[in-house]
Order: sequence, then C-alpha cells, then structure tokens
Amino acid sequence: MKLTYIEAIKLAFDHSLAQDEKVMLFGLGVGDVGGVFGTTLGLQDKYGADRVFDIPLSENAITGMALGLSIQGFRPIMVHQRSDFSFTSAEQIINQIAKTEYMSNDRYKVPIVIRMIVGRGWGQGPTHAQAPHALFSHVPGLNVVAPASPSDGYQLLRASVNTDSPVIFIEHRWLHQTTEEFVPNDDIPDIASSKIVRSGNAATLVSLSYGVLECLKISDVFDFFGISLEVINLRSIKPWDQKTILASAGRTKKVAIWDIGHKEFGVTAEISHVIQNALFGNLLAPVERFGLPSEPTPSSPFLAIAHYEDLDRALLQLNSSFDFQINPDLLISMREKLHPHRSIFQDQPDVGEVGPF
Amino acid sequence: MSDIANILKLLPPLVSKHVLLKSYTELRYIREVETLIAINYSKQQFRCPVHLSVGQEAVAVGVSSNLKLDDKVVSTHRSHAHYLAKGGSLFRMFAELMGSPSGCCGGRGGSMHLFDDEVGFMASIPIVGSSTPIASGLAYAEKRLGTGNVAVSFVGDAVLETGVFYETMNLVALKSLPLLIVIEDNGYSTYADKSVRVPKTREIQKLVQGIGLNFLSGNGDDVTEVAQISNVALSEVRRNVPFVLQFETFRRYEHCGPNIDDSLGYRTESELDSYTQRDPLEVVKQKAYESDCSSIEELSSVDILISEYVQGIYEEAVRSCETSIAALRQGSSV
Repeated sequence: MKLTYIEAIKLAFDHSLAQDEKVMLFGLGVGDVGGVFGTTLGLQDKYGADRVFDIPLSENAITGMALGLSIQGFRPIMVHQRSDFSFTSAEQIINQIAKTEYMSNDRYKVPIVIRMIVGRGWGQGPTHAQAPHALFSHVPGLNVVAPASPSDGYQLLRASVNTDSPVIFIEHRWLHQTTEEFVPNDDIPDIASSKIVRSGNAATLVSLSYGVLECLKISDVFDFFGISLEVINLRSIKPWDQKTILASAGRTKKVAIWDIGHKEFGVTAEISHVIQNALFGNLLAPVERFGLPSEPTPSSPFLAIAHYEDLDRALLQLNSSFDFQINPDLLISMREKLHPHRSIFQDQPDVGEVGPF
Repeated sequence: MSDIANILKLLPPLVSKHVLLKSYTELRYIREVETLIAINYSKQQFRCPVHLSVGQEAVAVGVSSNLKLDDKVVSTHRSHAHYLAKGGSLFRMFAELMGSPSGCCGGRGGSMHLFDDEVGFMASIPIVGSSTPIASGLAYAEKRLGTGNVAVSFVGDAVLETGVFYETMNLVALKSLPLLIVIEDNGYSTYADKSVRVPKTREIQKLVQGIGLNFLSGNGDDVTEVAQISNVALSEVRRNVPFVLQFETFRRYEHCGPNIDDSLGYRTESELDSYTQRDPLEVVKQKAYESDCSSIEELSSVDILISEYVQGIYEEAVRSCETSIAALRQGSSV
C-alpha cells in the first residue's frame, strides 16, 4: 500500500499499542485535535486516556515519569513536536535514563522511546530547527535512530518500541508528506542495520534522515553522466553499521557523508574518522562531508540559503574532489531538469506542504 | 530475609514485638552502620563519597514502619538510612561502597546510587529534584497495574528550590498518583542555610496545598510521631490521594564525608547544642524508659547484638573485596 510518512508513523503507533498493553504514548499534542501533525489522531479513543494522553507542559517531570514507568515494565513513548523542547528534559535523559541500566548493574531494562521532530524552513529559526542526534549519540547508554522514508519510519519506530533500552527517535519534518509503497507488518529489520538504498561503484554517499533524499538527488544527476554513486541510509546513528559502510567505502574508495546536523564534532566527523582510520592508504580522496556550519539556524529565508547545504554546491564540490570531470554547467542544468527547486528559497520541501508549518 | 528482620529475630520476642523497642533497634542499627563507615573511612576501604544519615534516621524508620515489601521507595544522595530501613542488603551496601563487584550496583554506582529492588528500594538519585519525577512513574505503574502499592520519594528541603519538583507535584495532583513525598528538612543545602536560599515568608504548606496536594508536618526527631503522621498520610495515598510530608530533622555530620564539621562555624552553638536533646536515638530511649517498657541494661544488650551483627557483615564485605583485590594483583602481574 502507498503511505505517507505521517500515515506510516500513525500505523506504527497503532500496531505497537495493539501488540502490548504496556506500551504508552504521551507528549504535548498527543491527545489534541492536531494529533502531532496527525500521527496520533484517534489513538486515545482507541486505547484509552490512561495509555495515550496529552501532558502538562512539564517535559522534565514527564520524562522522569517515563523512566519510572519503564523500570516497572511499561514501554512509554514520549513525543516532542520539536526536538528543541527535549532539552528541558536533558537532565532526565542524560543523567538518569541513559545511566539507569548501567547503574542497576543491568538489573533494570529501560524501554523508552523519545520521538523528536526536527524542524526546517519557513522561519523555524534558532530554537525550532535543531537536529540533536549527534548530541545524544555522545551519551553512552542511548540508542539514536533517524528514519529517511515512510517504511523506515514505520519499521524503526516498531523496532524502537521493541528495544529494551532507551531510543532517541529523530524525525525530520520534511519527510512528513513523502510517500512510499510498502506493506507495514511485523517483519521488522534489525534496528542497528543500515540500508543500501542505491548501489553504485564510483563513490559512496552516507547519509541519514532527510539527507538521504538529498543524496539520492545527487546520485540521479551523476547517474545521467554515467557515474553511479552508492547511497547508504544509516537508519541507526548510535550504534552505526560500520560493517556495511566500511565494505562500501572499501569498494568505491571515495566517500562523502551528508548530515542534517552541524559538521563540527558531529556524525560526519565520527564516521569520517573511522573510515579514514580503517582504509588509510586505500582511499582515492579524502572523505568529503556536508552538514550545517557552527552557527545557530537563522529564521530568515535569505540567511537560510547559506546555512543549509545546497545541492548545486554539493554537486560541484563532489565533481571536483572526486575528479569526475563533468562540465559544471551541464551538471547544474541537469539538476534543474531532474530536480527543479520549488522556489529560490531553501525553506520548504520539494515534496508536500508549503509553509507555514 | 532482610538484615533488619534478621536482627529482630535475634532479639527476645518481648523486645522485638514492642513498638518503641523495635523502633529503637532499627534506629540503632542504622546508626551503627553509619558510625562504622565514619570510623573506618580513613582506612581507604570505602572508596567513594558518603553522605551519612546520622541524626536523620527517625524519618526513614518511622515512614518505613508503614510500608509493605512491595511498596516502592526512591531516595537521594543521602540514602543509607532509607535503604536500610526498607530492608536493603547491608552486605551489598558495604560492598558497593568498597567498589566491590558484589555491591548492589556491581561497584558502578557507589554510595549515591544504592538500590535493592528485591525489597522495593528502587533507586537513589543524587541530582537533587530528579528523583521525585521517577518516583511518580513508579506510582503511575502501580496505579495502572492496580496493585494497591504506593511509591515514596524521600527528598531534602532544597528540593523546593528546583523547578522539576513543582512540575512533578502538579503532575501527581493531576493524575491522582499513589505517591508520598517525604521532605527531610535539615535546614541546610551543603553549608547554605535557608536565609540565602528562600524568602523568609515562604511556607511549604501553602506551596504544596496551592498546587493541590495534601500536607502534614511533624517532628522528624521523634520516630513515633513520624510513624503516626506517615500512617495517616499513607492510608490516603493508598486510595490514590497523594501527600507531602515535612519533617524537621538534624544532620549531625558534615554534608559529605565522615567528619563532624562543627568547627567550621556555619551552625550556631545553640543549634549544635540542641542536638543532644534532638538525637532520635535519645528521644526514643527516653520514651522507652518513661513508658517503663525497658531498662538501660536491656537496651545495652540490643546495642551489643547490633554491633556484633554489623561488624560481622562488614568483615564479610572486606573479605569479599580482598578477594577482588587479590585477583586484580594477579591480573596486573601477568
């Protein structure tokens, strides 16, 4: 069946709640008429207000409550409509949830999922557009995942709920209206496995979340010129699938990593180090990386153009670094043909809604 | 069987069945443990910071006298008395303080992370304020499971200066959770007294009741009074009516460490002098004499028995730790 990302997430919630009555779902907006962009609509009626509910604006206390519930065998899912609000509960996430299994000498299981939505564009600005996956990946004791498509969203959410350890579920707002043909069922891939979404031999593009869609566009453009790029969707950031990525990098000998977060001290830095350490001497070019600069995300669309990675800049950079020797003008015109921008601004997704969102 | 139950079994039935003497025994037991840690601390066997409970034991013992095995307790950095009063394993506590693999956290937590889930003592959380939301989750779980069990969150008075405590009180009132919050008010946050921390006009009772929770307070030096007040509160909590209790108490030792720090001068002479009357052990002893249920000789025999018991477990923990030290030596010489 063809599902939007929103529908896929709602189904994953529905199936998880139906599978185990210990599963609970709460967060700001979960029980209201908006239903967190429609992903929780109808679930309170179906499963009851003691399992699915809206919360007081007390993220830190609620996150601690989730920990207490999980120690007692429940499987709570906590939702943040914007990841930025999860920082008010950083105390519970970093000092308590991440350490409870360890401090209990592994006697306690902590099956908590914290779903965080990452905003972008149309004026989201400095405190509504942060992608905190690298930050949480830095903390031992947390798993971090980030889906890139409706099937990914469904499967990773089901897998996260089934995991006996805490999972931070990073969801990009621009995936919401993407669609995919797939059958949502109980056949769930391992949470820590990556996915080769396109095979190729000229270079490896590693990415996560919305970045995977950008890498597929890059691959489309180069493909036209007979250069096939392998695109890998990380899915799980902590732990990450070193085996698949090193195998691909060993084959193509050229690697670029595209992140939706900041470059400095981030996911691209970590993965790049491991690749260059393992394959030193075998690579044909230094690892390239794309991501956000070390500045807060601006609200203005004029400023956001320079802040976010731009497809054309990336195409030209890869063409040069990886010595693909394609005429730059042809490259850009092919991008315009295959993936025309909706507007001059980089502040709305090419698929789905226009702002405000 | 818990250590407290073991000790009570060793006593003559007339002593162990008498409420005052039972309380005395439990207070004495915790005091013995804490004093032993303080005396031996310089030997470098206990290798972590300790926040001793000496002077504050009556709150732990009085509240716990009304708790069932399956009721859930969460404590703070100053957790020893709560852990022991709930029946936590003394061997695993000593071993944890020594960093031994036999410790309750396998040596991963130390004094500030004691837990013994077999007796419902679920966690010690040393970040002030963070424990009560977790306890609210334990209470939510008990309510959803329909067990009739309650959760108890022991906190210090500085918790009222943290934001998350108010978030949690609001949440607990909103959801009618079976949670008892017990504020042990020793008046100090490390060295800071209330004059630098809270406005003079602040009343805890009004804060708590304003948010929709019930409130009672009492003398935290008197184990009988603590037991009576917490009994009233807990009978309500068991019907999903959450409660906050405040007990004034006296921390005899320094905030963190094995020493008496009277010489620092942050507490007044008269405040320090008051302790001789306030000491929970003396208070209960006096009551026992007055009620004619006991003699000095009887209590001394209880003291000796407890002392031998605690010493025995301590030596067992030391031996267990020495085995690990020997293994480490062997490993490093290979």
